[in-house]
Order: sequence, then structure tokens, then C-alpha cells
Amino acid sequence: MRQLILFLAVAVLLPLQALAEGNVTTFTLKNGMQAVVIEDHRAPVVTHMVWYKVGSADEAPGKSGIAHLLEHLMFKGTERFGPGKFSAIVAANGGSENAFTYFDYTAYFQRVAADRLGLMMDMEADRMRGLILSENDVRTERDVVLEERNTRTDNSPDALFSEQRRAAQFLNSHYGIPVIGWRQEVARLTRKDALAFYHRYYAPNNAVLVVAGDVDPAEVRKVAEKYYGPIPANPDLEPRDRPTEPPQLAERRVMFADARVARPYVIRTYLAPERNAGDQKEAAALTMLAELLGGSGLNSVLGQKLQLQQKIALNTSAFYDGVSLDKTMFGLFVVPAPGVSLKDAEKAMDAAVADFLKKGVNKDELARIKTQVRAAQIYARDSLQGMARRYGEALTSGLTVRDVQEWPSILESVTPDDILAAARKVLDRRHAVTGWLMRDRSEAGQ
Amino acid sequence: MKRILTLGLVLLALALPAQARMKIQQITSPGGVKAWLVEEHSIPFTSLEIRFRGGTSLDRPGKRGAVYMMAGLLEEGAGDMDAQAFQRARDALAASLGFDANADAVTISARFLSENRDRAVDLLRLAINKPRFDDRAIKRVRAQILSIIAQDRKSPRAIANRAFDKLAFGPDHPYGSSGTGTEQSVRALSRADVVQAWKDALARDRLVVAAVGDITPEQLGLILDRLFDGLPATGRRMPPRAKLVLTPGVTVIDYPSPQSVAVFGEAGIRRDDPDFFAAYVMNRIFGAGGFTSRLTREVREKRGLTYGVYTWLAHYSLADMLQGSVSSSNDRIAEALKVIRDQWRKMATGKVSQDELDAAKKYLTGAYPLRFDGNTRIASILAGMQLDGMPASYIDTRNDRINAVTLKDVERVAKRLMKPDNLRIVVVGQPVGLKSTD
Repeated sequence: MRQLILFLAVAVLLPLQALAEGNVTTFTLKNGMQAVVIEDHRAPVVTHMVWYKVGSADEAPGKSGIAHLLEHLMFKGTERFGPGKFSAIVAANGGSENAFTYFDYTAYFQRVAADRLGLMMDMEADRMRGLILSENDVRTERDVVLEERNTRTDNSPDALFSEQRRAAQFLNSHYGIPVIGWRQEVARLTRKDALAFYHRYYAPNNAVLVVAGDVDPAEVRKVAEKYYGPIPANPDLEPRDRPTEPPQLAERRVMFADARVARPYVIRTYLAPERNAGDQKEAAALTMLAELLGGSGLNSVLGQKLQLQQKIALNTSAFYDGVSLDKTMFGLFVVPAPGVSLKDAEKAMDAAVADFLKKGVNKDELARIKTQVRAAQIYARDSLQGMARRYGEALTSGLTVRDVQEWPSILESVTPDDILAAARKVLDRRHAVTGWLMRDRSEAGQ
Repeated sequence: MKRILTLGLVLLALALPAQARMKIQQITSPGGVKAWLVEEHSIPFTSLEIRFRGGTSLDRPGKRGAVYMMAGLLEEGAGDMDAQAFQRARDALAASLGFDANADAVTISARFLSENRDRAVDLLRLAINKPRFDDRAIKRVRAQILSIIAQDRKSPRAIANRAFDKLAFGPDHPYGSSGTGTEQSVRALSRADVVQAWKDALARDRLVVAAVGDITPEQLGLILDRLFDGLPATGRRMPPRAKLVLTPGVTVIDYPSPQSVAVFGEAGIRRDDPDFFAAYVMNRIFGAGGFTSRLTREVREKRGLTYGVYTWLAHYSLADMLQGSVSSSNDRIAEALKVIRDQWRKMATGKVSQDELDAAKKYLTGAYPLRFDGNTRIASILAGMQLDGMPASYIDTRNDRINAVTLKDVERVAKRLMKPDNLRIVVVGQPVGLKSTD
């Protein structure tokens, strides 16, 4: 619970999934709270989520980690539901609950029997404005978060490396600061910091309600109006004008050595455009590009060349996540085979990309990927939580419901020329950070 | 999400729904293969979960890692298709086929669209019945497995789990070592060893199947015969039940990292024990209850000593344990473990309040039907049930059995199970104030 999502840079994100639209309803309450309802009557279950349009990239300088610490503190109680009550009530109703923080959003959710939706809304609405915090709550929870940072980051050379690479990638955007925060800043966060952040950002006009499951949209609207409707909007809420990233003009490199590294690798991330409302074409081309270069194991460009033909890599992948409020990253990843140096692995990776740019898109492979895009729309309907999450992420990252629904057809319409044009623009080392993860510095000289 | 980091090979206790709308059909194919089926025609795809009992515990002497490697090779070429051709065919059908092995089973997870059902089944049939085990593929997969082994040797959690397993089951039972194998054993595996592992592990006498989705009993029956008719009737005999040789004490393994990872445990309880449900409720109160468990309250909420502390009843096919884990900074882990031990002692008195008992029962019975959402999720649960030898009818009585648990039952089972002086604790890190006791 109260968990932070860390997208590992090495994980291949599959943003191909998309949605059928027939079962999706949307509305907006008078106080500005947006709502999305996804109907599915297979099981008598509902997922109830509230997403706030605030994440770690909205934090003030020196206060890194406050969005995530507040997420933890949101479970400390209100006047109506005292300490521990929220979780106890969810559990007594057979429900599970959680929360997570990322660069662009903070979200809270419960999964319960469909007839308990009203109770969940009652409690979630109550803590949108009614949080009570003691100094002791904050002190103890700060220790918990520091232990969380130990578990996720300080005990993991991969995570430390990722943190350093992000910091190198983003000179100005707060995407360069870890979601969980820098240790020395987290250690100094106070009750006052948490409450200031809370009062500034937690309001219905900065929130998105997502309800998915065995529900009737008209009924959901009625219940939402009852519980969320009376909460006044925050009239002082400012637009999300955050520090933006200047153009990158010079290549950056991060050489990271740690004795705990078992598997050295090369990873390159290029600064890349994100999906924007009404303008997702380039992001769609980049999504397909990632699939072609490193999506499906042995049949991708990197898999074929580096793993099958040259046998110089154990694993390869390419990744891109376009759901982001500001500029994002496109990445390539190669784990060299034993005896192959990082330098040679990087060289082979560059050669494979250059060859792809010269020869162009394999049309059969693109057709297979498009088949999977279509299938993904069907498979996606199996996971209600996944669907709910996709809408929540999109709506807190500058996209609209319509953008989410148009995404599959935009992916389908991507042409080989679109892909090559996007690749030529983005895959430029002057806009990239190349990282080597090593056991010890001597590997850098090889 | 609540991070329960279990041993990779443990099958956690499953529970089943009371008023779920689904209906489980138990079918037998014309050729005699049995399966559980839930028809769900609202989305045009099917999830198929296949298990072969035994898994990596069927490795022959000196061949540790053979079954694991074999499972990894099932998607690396079959029939007249090499690895690339096979994966191309799979992608063209937009099917997903996953192959894996744990200490109790080889697992196959398939998902295919209705419009591609026959072609996807043909592909899966080839993978199961006619795997090629090409030398090139063996070489590639071996290198990947060696990389996994190297990573496990540098992961505090994996180091702790391996050490604990060895202390719990000794070097002679398969449960006492990793099914992935060692660097030495994996390097020595030949193609013949892999073929032998395939014959040992994939046989019809150990087969479990669950299907959920857009498919009728008749269609499934025909598929079952096509999928498995080429397999041998019997495989290698199962190892004996594992004897728990765990002794009390503390094992500290030095590892340079800021946070220590601890795993701990003692003897558990069998799922068919008359007091199993009492133990299950007790564990919910003690350490499995998310934010409402005693351990989370004492170790995390009150003292801020950890991000996560959990206990669980671990049920392997051939052994049972009560286990737990916690991670804390090197300078705080001793305190965290002291609080856990104190709570263990308190639980051992068997004293639980009526409120705690009611809250645990309400959660367990209420959460039960909620698990059954999503075809893939349901299929996986139904396969797990069969692997654990549970009848489908268990679903109808499970909540009643939870509700029947009394304060007295919990007291009796707590006194029987919770033995703080029997605990073995394995700590990986550089803990301050903790030393190995043996």
C-alpha cells in the first residue's frame, strides 16, 4: 500500500493496449471534478479510483518527495474516520486498497463489491478536504518512506543507476528528480510541507474519478454528486506551468559502477515528444518504432541482429511511454553476452539502428505488430483495473477521453514513412543520455 | 500494492467465491483428459492455464536446472519452425504463450482470440509435443539462465531465500535448492538432459487444465485431445514429502547494502488439517492483514521501522511452512526483529479479541468473491485449486468454514503453531547488533 510506481527503465512497456469505447461514459461535476465510468458486468466487483493532477514533477525546489509522502499520510485519518479507520472499513468490506505516486499524478483506489461503492466515495470524498495530521504521524511515516527508499532504490544498483541517468537527462524538468525524492530532502520534510501541498492541490477541480465494474453509469453519477458534489472547488488552483526542458545540444554519458552489479548493460535514452491532446501521431509512430526495434524478442531489429545473428547480446529491448505531461524518453537497452564489452555492445546497437534507418521498415513485421494492436483491444477488456488505470493516467497527463479512444486507430494508421521520420528525428545521440552499468570502473576502459 | 515477496515457488493459499456468478464445468475429453471450464462468451478470447505437477523437483541427480531450462526452451522452436519462425507465427496470431517452471509444476499460460483459436492451439500443440531443443537455442537460453543465476547471487532477497530454503529442507530434497540450478550444473546440461527433462515432466498422469473464456465444453474437449495426445502416459515419479529440518537460530550473511533483508519461519500447517481455517484466520490477524495486521501496526505504523512486514502460510505440494519477511536499515533491523519476536510470543498465547476475529472473518469472506474477475485470473486460480487437490465444490463451503472459526479455535491453533523459540531468522546485509548463532 501507499506504494510508489517505478517504471524500471529496462522494462518494456507495452503501450499498445487500447480501449473499446462502447462501455465508457464520462461526465463532469459542477465543482469541476471529471469522471469516467467503465461498465463491465462479468463479476459483481467495482474499482473506485480518485486521481489527482499532481505528482512529483509538480513539487517545489527542495521539497522532493512531498507528493509521495503526502500519499502515505492520506491514510492517517480525518475527524469522521479516525486513524486506521479508512483501511479497517475497506478491509471489513472485503475490499483491497492502495495508492501510488508518479511524476504527473497521485492516485488512490479501492476494489470492493459493487454495492459498497457509495461507502468508498463517502470516505474518499471526506479525506479530500478533511485530513488531520499530527507531528508524530509525519515523523514516523517519513521513516517508513526512507525505508521504502532503501528497499526500492538504495539496495538496488539498477535503481540508483536509473536515478542518475534521469538526473542527467532532464536539466530543468522535474522529471530529473526521483518520485520518492532525494534522501536528504525527504529526511527534512515536515507536517507543514505536507499540509501546504495538500491544501493547494487536493480539490475536486484537480481530480479525476474513475469507476470501473458492475455499475450503472447513471447511478454512479448520482452517488458521485452526493459525495463529491458538495466539495467546493479550489478557486486558487493554478495551471500546471512547470519547469520545461530546454533543447538538448550535447550528448551526455553516465558511467555507473557498483560492486553489487551482476549483469552489466548499456542503456540509451533519447529525449522524445509525448502524446498530446489531439496530436498523437508522432507518439504513435514512436510506439511502433519501439516495437519494431525491440518489442517482440527475437523478431525485433535488435533481437535479430544482436541476439540471433551476431550473438553479442543476452537480451535487448526498446521502450517508449508516450503518456506524459511533458517531454518523455525513448530508450534502447542491450545486455552484452559474457566476454563482450559494453563498448562493443554499444557499437553494435548503434550499427543496428543505423542499418534500420537505411533499410527501412520490414512490412511483414509491421503488419504483425498491427495485428497485435487490434488483439490488445480485446485482451484489454479482461482487466478492469488496467482499463481504469489507462484512463486515469491519460487524464492526469494532459490527454482527453477522446485521445484514449482514438489511440488504437492512430496506431493502425501509422505508415513506414511516419516511423522513419520519427526515428530520424528522435534517434540522435546529441539528444541522448547513454549509460553503462558496470561492476567496476575498469570495464569503462575496455 | 501490497508487496508480498514470496519465495518464487510457493503456492499461496487460495480461497474461492461464495456468490460468484460463474459456473465451473468439469469436463472429460473424448480421449480422457480432464479440465475445469468457465464459459464466458462476452469477450472473444480464451485463457488456458495448463500445469504439469512436479516441476523442477523432478530434476534428476546432478541435473539441477534441467526442467527449468526445458520449460524456457518450449518457445524456442517446434516442428519445422526454428525459434524465430515459431515466435513470428505466435505474433501473427496475436496469441500469448508463456512457459515456466517452479518447484511444484511446469506452467503453461495461453491466451488466444476466438478467430485464431485453431491455429493458436496447433502452435501450442507443437510446442508441447514437438519441441526442437535446437543446439543454438540451448546455447542462447543457457546464457540467459546463467545471467539470472548471477543476478540472484547479488540480490539480498534471493540470497536470503536460498539460504532459508537450504536450512529448511536440507541439501537432499529439491526444495532445499533453487530449481534454476547452479552455475556449474547449468553449464553441464546437455541436449539429452533437456530431452529427458521434457519426458520426465510433461506427462499425462500429472496434467491439470483450466479454461475460461469464449469456448464451449465440446470445443475444449477436442482441443485437449489435440494438445496432449502425443505425450507419454506417465512421467518421472514424484519426490517424497519434504522433511522440515529447520533449527532455531539466527543466520547472518554479510552483504554490503544499506538495508538488511530478513526472512524467517517455522513449521506450518497442512491445508487438509482440521485447524487449517483457524490458522488462516489467525495469520490474517497476525501478519497477512495489510494495514490491519498486528505486525504492520507494531513494526511499521507505530515505529516506522520498515516499508513492509508480512507473514504467510506457505503451502508447497510437499511441505508447509509459516514464513515471514521484513526489511530495515542495518541499524534498525535488530529492533524490527525484536518487535516481531515479541509479537510472535504474544500471538502464541492465543489471545485474540472478538473484534480482531470479526474483522478478519469479514475481510476474508468479503474479499473472496472479488478474486474472480477476469478470465486469465480465474483460469489461473482454478488451475491452482486443482494442483492443490481441492474439489470445485470447495467454493460453496469455504466461507462457511471461515465463519465457523471461533476464538477458541484460534487460541488452540496459535498455541500449536506459534513457537517463537523455534524461529529461524536469516538476515542478509550488515545488521548492527545481530550475529549468527551457529
